[in-house]
Order: sequence, then structure tokens, then C-alpha cells
Amino acid sequence: MELLAFGKTGWGDELFYATLMTIAVSITAMLVGFFFALIFTPLKLSKYKTLNLVGNFYTTVIRGVPELLVIYLFFFGGSGAIMYVASIFGYYEYIEINAFITGSMAIGIISGAYSTEVFRGAIQSIDKGQFEAAKVLGINKFGQFYKIILPQMLRLAIPNLSNVWQITLKDTSLISVTGLVEIMRQSYIAAGSTRDPLFFYSFAAVLYLLLTYVSMKLINKLEVKYSRGY
Amino acid sequence: MDFDLMITSLPKLLGATIVTLKLLSASLFFGLFLGLFFAILRLNKNILINKFAYGYSYIFRGTPLLVQIFIIYFGLGQIEYLRTTFLWVILKEPYWCAIIAFTLNTGAYTSEILRSAFQTIKPGIIEAGKSLGISNKIIFYKIQIPIAIRQSLPAYGNEIILMMKGTSLASTVTLMDLTGVAKYIISTTFKPIEVFIVAGGIYLFMTFIIHNVIKYLEKKYSFQQ
Repeated sequence: MELLAFGKTGWGDELFYATLMTIAVSITAMLVGFFFALIFTPLKLSKYKTLNLVGNFYTTVIRGVPELLVIYLFFFGGSGAIMYVASIFGYYEYIEINAFITGSMAIGIISGAYSTEVFRGAIQSIDKGQFEAAKVLGINKFGQFYKIILPQMLRLAIPNLSNVWQITLKDTSLISVTGLVEIMRQSYIAAGSTRDPLFFYSFAAVLYLLLTYVSMKLINKLEVKYSRGY
Repeated sequence: MDFDLMITSLPKLLGATIVTLKLLSASLFFGLFLGLFFAILRLNKNILINKFAYGYSYIFRGTPLLVQIFIIYFGLGQIEYLRTTFLWVILKEPYWCAIIAFTLNTGAYTSEILRSAFQTIKPGIIEAGKSLGISNKIIFYKIQIPIAIRQSLPAYGNEIILMMKGTSLASTVTLMDLTGVAKYIISTTFKPIEVFIVAGGIYLFMTFIIHNVIKYLEKKYSFQQ
């Protein structure tokens, strides 16, 4: 227990901040993922074959390639890509991107592919009559989506989105390879300096279990809220 | 775009693919037995056994695979007692540590898949078997297991693909699998995009094959309506 003391003697405070970092990265990645899902879900549901192809390419590639490989692509390729863009505008200095941004972008793109599939499935399972009824009532496209489709879609999507959240949360452990100090990286540092890897990695496992447990409880509440009336 | 690099790195990456496939097939093989074992425990009426099996699957599904590999590879070596037993021959090899971690992980997911497959079998089918005077053991092996396998094929196909992606974590414990070699080439040449296209292409190709094999099996074993 001395190892977990707060302050200079133990690793308690370091691990506490690392846990906050994991939560921050997961939430950012999830939001980045929603942003991507917002772009790619309409593409996948579009009438046009070319747009379908673009949407399918994104979800197939990201879901078929290991997360670690995507992270390496961002880690090694991220600053190069930004510098290339900057060089077009006449800026030739070295640019280093923050590990937090690289990490949450990489995990976000992965999470977005899963969210896209969830939203697509949810929208497709809404009864066609709902769309037609909304049209007949003369509700505009915006209202159709936000007032009629979205509330029904959320009810169907939340259980699957909670899976996506779990995947995203666990994927953030992979960002430790880029040096961002989250739970895994902090445990690695602590294990290295105290020579007690068994304790610190097991403690990391407990922290992850705690995070998944608490978030499941919260999501269940949301689920109840959105399935009122069913 | 450096096409020369893509061509020269292809043989190296294909060689590393064999390591990935070995890791994948070994962990799926052991994981299937482990999963079946724990699925049967989950169906047991004894609460203690049931809770034990649930705890196993909860822990391994609730923590990242990376943590599990690190605990087994870095953590277990710390126990002095283990170093004196024959287990140390296995545990000092990163290759076997990775396989143990993957097996335990996929076993947890597989047990959930099989459990839900067993539970969706209609009681009428088992009752029909009973009324025909078939013994419980034969009902289990000849009726429940074949139906459960068919039921769990789509979910198990996903699990195979997830596990294939999971083997990439072997590169974090010094193994040179497909991702490990890809990372090595990226960090020596600093051409991430080219290497990503080749390595990612190999992974996608494997995903494609697994997907289609499962689809074929699903069709082959689907119920005749």
C-alpha cells in the first residue's frame, strides 16, 4: 500500500492523474468518433454508389486493420502530414503535435468506424412508415431527422454505443506506446522504477475494471431514460 | 509515394505474417476449448461455479488486452517461486506469454458467445430429445452443441477478426509479428504511409478471407427452412 501513497513517496497521485487522462482521452476520442460517424453514416446510407463506396471503405479499412497499426501511422506520420500542409503555406519549421491530440485522433477515427456502423444499423431498423408519415405531415427534412428519427434511433443505438465506448476505453491503453501518460504508461513507469510490475499492472487492470463498471452503470441509466414508453 | 520501399518491404512483411498467423491459430485453438469449458460452467446451476465463470469473463472482457499481456510477460516473472518450476521454461518466452494472454482473452469472449448460443436453443428441442428417450449426455453432444455452433458462427467470426487484430499487441513484448516488423520499417525509413498501406493491406486480406470462410460455413450449416 505504501506504493500507492499520495505525494512524493508513492505513486497514488500519479496514477490518479493518469486515470483522469485516460478518461479525458476516451471522451475526446468518442466525440471525434461521433463527428466521423456524422459524416460517414449519411454516406453509407446514400443513394449514390460512389458515396456508399467511400463510406464502406472507411469502415472496412479501419475495422479490418489493428488499432496499433493505425496509432503508429498517426504517431510517425502525423507531424509529417502537418508539416507538409504547413510547407504549402510557406512554413518550414519543425512542428510537433501533442501526444494527446495524436492519440485521441487515432482512437477517435477507430471509434468513429464502429459508431458509424451502429448508427447505420439503428437508422435502418426504424420502420419505413415513420419516414413516410413525417413526410406526409409536411415536416421539413431537418425536423424529420431531429424530432422523429433521432429520438427513436438513440433508443436503438445506446446499447451498441455502450459497446463502442468500452472498446474505445480499452483502446486508449494502446496510446501508451506514443508516450502519453495515461494509466498504462504510468504503470509502465512505476513498474520500471520500483521493479514491481506485477503489482502495478494488476492495479492498472483494477482501474480499467472500475472505469468500465462505473460507465456501464451510467449508460444503463441513459438506456432506461431513452426507452421510456416501450 | 515510395513504391520501391513498398515492394522491398513486402517480403519482410509477408514473412512476419506467418508469425501473426501462428499466434492467431494457436490462441484460437486453445481459446475455443477454454471458452467451451467456461460456457458449460456458466450454465451450471451451482451459484459458486457460475459466479467463478462470470468473474473470469468479466475480468478479461473489462480490461485491455495490453494489460493482460504485460501482467503475464512482465508481472509473472517477478514471482520467485515460479522461476524455479518448469512453468518458467514457458513463461520466459514472449511467444508463449503472448499466446497465453490471447488464449485467456479470446476464451472469455468465446465463453460469452457460446453461452448465449446455448441459451437461445429452444427448450422444445431438448424436450423432444428427452421424450424420444435420448440420454442427457447425447442430447448435449449431438443436439445442443451442433445447434450452438451454428448459432454462434456469426459472432465467432467477429471474434476471430478481433483476435487477429489483437495479435498485433504481441509486438509490444518484443515479438516481430506483422505489426512489429511494420513498426520497425516505419521507424527506420520514416515512411509511415507506404508501410501502412502494405501492412494494412495484408491485414485486410486476412479479414476478407476469414469473413468469407465464416459466411460460407454459415450458409452450409444454416437450417433448412
